Amino acid sequence: MKSLAELEEIRKRTLEKVNLRKDRGEGIRVVVGMATCGIAAGARPVLNAFMEEVAKRNLKNVTVAQTGCIGVCRLEPVVEVYIPGQEKVTYVKMTPEKAVQIVNEHIVNNKPCIQYTIGAAEKRN
Amino acid sequence: MREISMHIMDIVQNSISANADVIEININEDFELDLLQISIIDNGRGMAPELLKTVSDPFSTTRTTRKVGLGISLFKAAAERCDGELKISSTLGKGTVVDVRFVHSHIDRAPLGNMSETILSLVVCNPSIDFIYRHTVNNNDFEFDTRKIKQIIGHVDINNIEVVSWMREYLNEGITNLYGGAN
Repeated sequence: MKSLAELEEIRKRTLEKVNLRKDRGEGIRVVVGMATCGIAAGARPVLNAFMEEVAKRNLKNVTVAQTGCIGVCRLEPVVEVYIPGQEKVTYVKMTPEKAVQIVNEHIVNNKPCIQYTIGAAEKRN
Repeated sequence: MREISMHIMDIVQNSISANADVIEININEDFELDLLQISIIDNGRGMAPELLKTVSDPFSTTRTTRKVGLGISLFKAAAERCDGELKISSTLGKGTVVDVRFVHSHIDRAPLGNMSETILSLVVCNPSIDFIYRHTVNNNDFEFDTRKIKQIIGHVDINNIEVVSWMREYLNEGITNLYGGAN
Protein backbone atom coordinates (compact mmCIF):
# COMPACT_ATOMS: atom_id res chain seq x y z
CA MET A 1 0.00 0.00 0.00
CA LYS A 2 1.30 3.45 -0.94
CA SER A 3 1.74 5.59 2.11
CA LEU A 4 2.20 9.27 2.78
CA ALA A 5 5.51 8.36 4.44
CA GLU A 6 6.88 7.42 1.03
CA LEU A 7 5.99 10.90 -0.15
CA GLU A 8 8.07 12.32 2.69
CA GLU A 9 10.99 10.19 1.47
CA ILE A 10 10.56 11.54 -2.06
CA ARG A 11 10.66 15.07 -0.70
CA LYS A 12 13.93 14.49 1.14
CA ARG A 13 15.48 12.76 -1.85
CA THR A 14 14.34 15.36 -4.36
CA LEU A 15 14.96 18.60 -2.55
CA GLU A 16 18.69 18.76 -3.27
CA LYS A 17 18.18 18.03 -6.94
CA VAL A 18 15.49 20.69 -7.12
CA ASN A 19 17.81 23.33 -5.76
CA LEU A 20 20.40 22.46 -8.38
CA ARG A 21 17.88 22.96 -11.13
CA LYS A 22 16.62 26.38 -10.07
CA ASP A 23 18.53 28.15 -12.86
CA ARG A 24 17.62 25.69 -15.59
CA GLY A 25 16.02 28.33 -17.85
CA GLU A 26 13.14 27.81 -20.20
CA GLY A 27 12.11 24.23 -20.94
CA ILE A 28 10.21 22.33 -23.58
CA ARG A 29 6.44 22.44 -23.42
CA VAL A 30 3.99 19.83 -24.69
CA VAL A 31 0.45 21.22 -24.77
CA VAL A 32 -2.56 18.95 -25.31
CA GLY A 33 -5.95 20.34 -26.38
CA MET A 34 -8.41 19.26 -23.67
CA ALA A 35 -11.73 20.83 -24.60
CA THR A 36 -14.85 18.71 -25.16
CA CYS A 37 -13.77 17.97 -28.73
CA GLY A 38 -10.28 16.85 -27.71
CA ILE A 39 -11.45 14.70 -24.80
CA ALA A 40 -14.14 13.01 -26.92
CA ALA A 41 -11.54 12.25 -29.59
CA GLY A 42 -9.20 10.59 -27.08
CA ALA A 43 -6.95 13.35 -25.75
CA ARG A 44 -6.68 11.91 -22.24
CA PRO A 45 -4.78 8.73 -23.16
CA VAL A 46 -2.54 10.87 -25.37
CA LEU A 47 -1.81 13.24 -22.50
CA ASN A 48 -1.06 10.29 -20.25
CA ALA A 49 1.22 8.69 -22.82
CA PHE A 50 3.24 11.93 -22.93
CA MET A 51 3.39 12.08 -19.13
CA GLU A 52 4.52 8.47 -18.86
CA GLU A 53 7.12 8.62 -21.61
CA VAL A 54 8.59 11.88 -20.28
CA ALA A 55 8.81 10.25 -16.84
CA LYS A 56 10.25 7.01 -18.20
CA ARG A 57 13.03 8.89 -19.97
CA ASN A 58 13.49 11.18 -16.97
CA LEU A 59 13.23 14.33 -19.13
CA LYS A 60 13.30 16.99 -16.45
CA ASN A 61 13.14 20.01 -18.77
CA VAL A 62 9.83 18.95 -20.32
CA THR A 63 6.46 20.04 -18.97
CA VAL A 64 3.17 18.58 -20.15
CA ALA A 65 0.26 20.99 -20.03
CA GLN A 66 -3.25 21.34 -21.36
CA THR A 67 -5.20 23.97 -23.19
CA GLY A 68 -8.72 24.47 -24.51
CA CYS A 69 -10.01 24.10 -28.03
CA ILE A 70 -7.42 25.10 -30.61
CA GLY A 71 -10.06 25.44 -33.32
CA VAL A 72 -9.55 22.41 -35.55
CA CYS A 73 -11.89 19.94 -33.82
CA ARG A 74 -12.01 17.60 -36.83
CA LEU A 75 -8.28 16.95 -36.38
CA GLU A 76 -8.38 16.28 -32.62
CA PRO A 77 -6.57 15.15 -30.53
CA VAL A 78 -4.24 18.07 -31.22
CA VAL A 79 -0.86 18.54 -29.50
CA GLU A 80 1.54 21.45 -29.75
CA VAL A 81 5.24 21.12 -29.00
CA TYR A 82 7.18 24.25 -28.05
CA ILE A 83 10.95 24.01 -28.02
CA PRO A 84 12.67 27.30 -27.06
CA GLY A 85 14.21 29.01 -30.08
CA GLN A 86 12.28 26.88 -32.55
CA GLU A 87 8.99 27.24 -34.34
CA LYS A 88 5.98 25.61 -32.67
CA VAL A 89 5.02 22.22 -34.15
CA THR A 90 1.33 21.21 -34.21
CA TYR A 91 0.52 17.50 -34.33
CA VAL A 92 -2.98 16.28 -35.21
CA LYS A 93 -5.08 13.09 -34.92
CA MET A 94 -2.83 12.00 -32.11
CA THR A 95 -2.70 8.56 -30.51
CA PRO A 96 -0.73 7.29 -27.48
CA GLU A 97 1.61 5.45 -29.90
CA LYS A 98 2.36 8.65 -31.84
CA ALA A 99 2.94 10.43 -28.52
CA VAL A 100 5.69 7.98 -27.57
CA GLN A 101 7.27 8.41 -31.01
CA ILE A 102 7.15 12.22 -30.76
CA VAL A 103 8.86 12.19 -27.36
CA ASN A 104 11.63 10.00 -28.73
CA GLU A 105 12.14 11.53 -32.15
CA HIS A 106 11.15 15.16 -31.76
CA ILE A 107 11.84 15.99 -28.11
CA VAL A 108 14.88 13.79 -27.52
CA ASN A 109 16.45 13.66 -30.98
CA ASN A 110 15.13 17.00 -32.24
CA LYS A 111 13.67 15.56 -35.45
CA PRO A 112 9.98 16.54 -35.73
CA CYS A 113 7.64 13.78 -36.95
CA ILE A 114 6.60 15.69 -40.07
CA GLN A 115 4.13 12.99 -41.15
CA TYR A 116 1.88 13.69 -38.11
CA THR A 117 1.88 17.48 -38.35
CA ILE A 118 -1.10 19.62 -39.26
CA GLY A 119 0.72 20.68 -42.45
CA ALA A 120 0.98 17.07 -43.63
CA ALA A 121 -2.65 16.33 -42.70
CA GLU A 122 -3.95 19.36 -44.59
CA LYS A 123 -1.89 18.49 -47.67
CA ARG A 124 -3.51 15.05 -47.81
CA ASN A 125 -7.03 16.52 -47.88
CA MET B 1 -18.06 10.18 -24.52
CA ARG B 2 -17.15 6.56 -23.89
CA GLU B 3 -16.50 6.97 -20.18
CA ILE B 4 -18.14 9.06 -17.48
CA SER B 5 -14.65 9.93 -16.24
CA MET B 6 -14.16 11.82 -19.51
CA HIS B 7 -17.31 13.86 -18.94
CA ILE B 8 -15.94 14.64 -15.49
CA MET B 9 -12.65 15.80 -16.95
CA ASP B 10 -14.54 17.96 -19.42
CA ILE B 11 -16.74 19.60 -16.79
CA VAL B 12 -13.70 20.31 -14.61
CA GLN B 13 -12.24 22.30 -17.52
CA ASN B 14 -15.15 24.72 -17.01
CA SER B 15 -14.11 25.14 -13.37
CA ILE B 16 -10.53 25.79 -14.49
CA SER B 17 -11.71 28.39 -17.03
CA ALA B 18 -13.70 30.01 -14.23
CA ASN B 19 -10.42 30.52 -12.34
CA ALA B 20 -11.24 28.12 -9.53
CA ASP B 21 -8.28 27.21 -7.30
CA VAL B 22 -10.00 24.48 -5.31
CA ILE B 23 -12.03 21.87 -7.19
CA GLU B 24 -13.85 19.02 -5.48
CA ILE B 25 -14.85 15.89 -7.36
CA ASN B 26 -17.16 13.58 -5.44
CA ILE B 27 -18.37 10.21 -6.65
CA ASN B 28 -20.83 8.13 -4.74
CA GLU B 29 -21.83 4.66 -5.87
CA ASP B 30 -24.61 3.06 -3.88
CA PHE B 31 -25.67 -0.34 -5.15
CA GLU B 32 -28.60 -0.60 -2.76
CA LEU B 33 -30.13 2.65 -4.00
CA ASP B 34 -28.93 1.81 -7.53
CA LEU B 35 -27.35 5.23 -7.70
CA LEU B 36 -24.25 6.73 -9.24
CA GLN B 37 -23.91 10.31 -8.12
CA ILE B 38 -21.21 12.71 -9.21
CA SER B 39 -20.71 16.22 -7.98
CA ILE B 40 -18.14 18.77 -9.10
CA ILE B 41 -17.81 21.74 -6.81
CA ASP B 42 -15.57 24.70 -7.53
CA ASN B 43 -14.77 28.08 -6.06
CA GLY B 44 -14.52 29.81 -9.43
CA ARG B 45 -16.18 33.02 -10.47
CA GLY B 46 -19.66 31.47 -10.73
CA MET B 47 -22.39 32.32 -13.19
CA ALA B 48 -25.03 35.00 -13.31
CA PRO B 49 -28.65 33.71 -13.28
CA GLU B 50 -29.06 34.54 -16.99
CA LEU B 51 -26.12 32.36 -18.04
CA LEU B 52 -27.16 29.62 -15.60
CA LYS B 53 -30.57 29.38 -17.30
CA THR B 54 -29.09 28.71 -20.72
CA VAL B 55 -25.93 26.82 -19.79
CA SER B 56 -27.20 23.32 -20.66
CA ASP B 57 -28.17 24.51 -24.12
CA PRO B 58 -25.56 23.45 -26.68
CA PHE B 59 -25.77 26.89 -28.26
CA SER B 60 -24.71 28.55 -25.04
CA THR B 61 -21.01 29.14 -24.46
CA THR B 62 -18.71 31.75 -23.03
CA ARG B 63 -16.17 30.80 -25.62
CA THR B 64 -15.44 33.41 -28.25
CA THR B 65 -14.01 31.19 -30.96
CA ARG B 66 -17.42 29.81 -31.95
CA LYS B 67 -21.02 29.61 -30.90
CA VAL B 68 -21.41 26.11 -29.47
CA GLY B 69 -20.45 24.60 -26.13
CA LEU B 70 -21.18 20.93 -25.73
CA GLY B 71 -19.63 19.91 -22.42
CA ILE B 72 -22.61 20.31 -20.09
CA SER B 73 -25.22 19.39 -22.70
CA LEU B 74 -23.46 16.10 -23.47
CA PHE B 75 -23.17 15.16 -19.79
CA LYS B 76 -26.81 16.08 -19.22
CA ALA B 77 -27.93 13.99 -22.19
CA ALA B 78 -25.88 11.03 -20.91
CA ALA B 79 -27.56 11.26 -17.48
CA GLU B 80 -31.08 11.69 -18.85
CA ARG B 81 -30.59 8.72 -21.14
CA CYS B 82 -30.15 6.67 -17.94
CA ASP B 83 -33.22 8.04 -16.12
CA GLY B 84 -30.90 10.39 -14.26
CA GLU B 85 -30.47 14.13 -14.20
CA LEU B 86 -27.92 16.94 -14.17
CA LYS B 87 -28.41 19.99 -11.99
CA ILE B 88 -26.28 23.09 -11.74
CA SER B 89 -26.32 25.75 -9.11
CA SER B 90 -24.03 28.71 -9.11
CA THR B 91 -23.42 31.94 -7.24
CA LEU B 92 -21.52 34.81 -8.80
CA GLY B 93 -18.23 35.27 -7.03
CA LYS B 94 -18.60 32.05 -5.00
CA GLY B 95 -18.51 29.13 -7.38
CA THR B 96 -20.50 26.45 -9.11
CA VAL B 97 -21.86 23.02 -8.21
CA VAL B 98 -22.66 20.46 -10.89
CA ASP B 99 -24.62 17.51 -9.54
CA VAL B 100 -25.29 14.50 -11.75
CA ARG B 101 -27.20 11.31 -10.99
CA PHE B 102 -27.36 8.11 -12.97
CA VAL B 103 -29.31 4.91 -12.34
CA HIS B 104 -26.29 2.75 -11.60
CA SER B 105 -27.51 -0.41 -13.32
CA HIS B 106 -29.04 1.32 -16.35
CA ILE B 107 -28.16 -0.50 -19.55
CA ASP B 108 -27.20 2.74 -21.32
CA ARG B 109 -24.91 4.00 -18.59
CA ALA B 110 -21.33 4.32 -19.82
CA PRO B 111 -18.71 2.85 -17.48
CA LEU B 112 -17.17 5.24 -15.00
CA GLY B 113 -13.87 4.53 -16.72
CA ASN B 114 -10.38 5.44 -15.70
CA MET B 115 -10.78 7.96 -12.86
CA SER B 116 -7.14 7.65 -11.93
CA GLU B 117 -6.07 8.95 -15.34
CA THR B 118 -8.61 11.78 -15.18
CA ILE B 119 -7.48 12.97 -11.75
CA LEU B 120 -3.79 12.57 -12.48
CA SER B 121 -3.87 14.54 -15.71
CA LEU B 122 -5.87 17.32 -14.08
CA VAL B 123 -3.40 17.54 -11.19
CA VAL B 124 -0.27 17.45 -13.36
CA CYS B 125 -1.52 19.99 -15.88
CA ASN B 126 -2.81 22.39 -13.26
CA PRO B 127 -0.19 22.37 -10.50
CA SER B 128 -1.49 25.56 -8.89
CA ILE B 129 -5.05 24.26 -8.51
CA ASP B 130 -6.00 22.03 -5.58
CA PHE B 131 -8.09 18.97 -6.29
CA ILE B 132 -10.03 16.96 -3.76
CA TYR B 133 -11.33 13.65 -5.04
CA ARG B 134 -13.63 11.60 -2.83
CA HIS B 135 -15.02 8.33 -4.07
CA THR B 136 -17.41 6.11 -2.14
CA VAL B 137 -18.55 2.66 -3.19
CA ASN B 138 -21.17 1.40 -0.72
CA ASN B 139 -19.30 1.49 2.60
CA ASN B 140 -15.79 1.91 1.22
CA ASP B 141 -14.31 5.29 0.66
CA PHE B 142 -11.17 6.78 -0.79
CA GLU B 143 -9.91 10.33 -0.60
CA PHE B 144 -7.19 12.07 -2.54
CA ASP B 145 -6.37 15.66 -1.62
CA THR B 146 -3.58 17.62 -3.30
CA ARG B 147 -3.52 20.08 -0.38
CA LYS B 148 -2.31 17.29 1.89
CA ILE B 149 0.22 16.11 -0.68
CA LYS B 150 1.59 19.62 -1.17
CA GLN B 151 1.96 19.99 2.58
CA ILE B 152 4.19 16.94 2.71
CA ILE B 153 6.29 17.59 -0.39
CA GLY B 154 6.95 21.22 0.53
CA HIS B 155 9.07 22.88 -2.14
CA VAL B 156 9.03 19.89 -4.47
CA ASP B 157 6.66 20.45 -7.40
CA ILE B 158 3.52 18.35 -7.52
CA ASN B 159 4.34 17.49 -11.15
CA ASN B 160 7.78 16.23 -10.19
CA ILE B 161 8.28 12.85 -11.88
CA GLU B 162 8.60 10.86 -8.65
CA VAL B 163 5.62 12.56 -7.03
CA VAL B 164 3.56 11.85 -10.15
CA SER B 165 4.38 8.16 -10.13
CA TRP B 166 3.58 7.99 -6.40
CA MET B 167 0.22 9.66 -7.11
CA ARG B 168 -0.50 7.28 -9.98
CA GLU B 169 0.04 4.22 -7.79
CA TYR B 170 -1.80 5.76 -4.84
CA LEU B 171 -4.84 6.50 -7.01
CA ASN B 172 -4.81 3.11 -8.73
CA GLU B 173 -4.53 1.26 -5.42
CA GLY B 174 -7.13 3.39 -3.68
CA ILE B 175 -9.68 3.03 -6.46
CA THR B 176 -9.08 -0.71 -6.89
CA ASN B 177 -9.58 -1.24 -3.15
CA LEU B 178 -12.97 0.49 -3.37
CA TYR B 179 -14.21 -2.42 -5.43
CA GLY B 180 -12.84 -5.02 -3.04
CA GLY B 181 -9.36 -5.15 -4.54
CA ALA B 182 -10.33 -6.90 -7.77
CA ASN B 183 -8.78 -5.28 -10.80
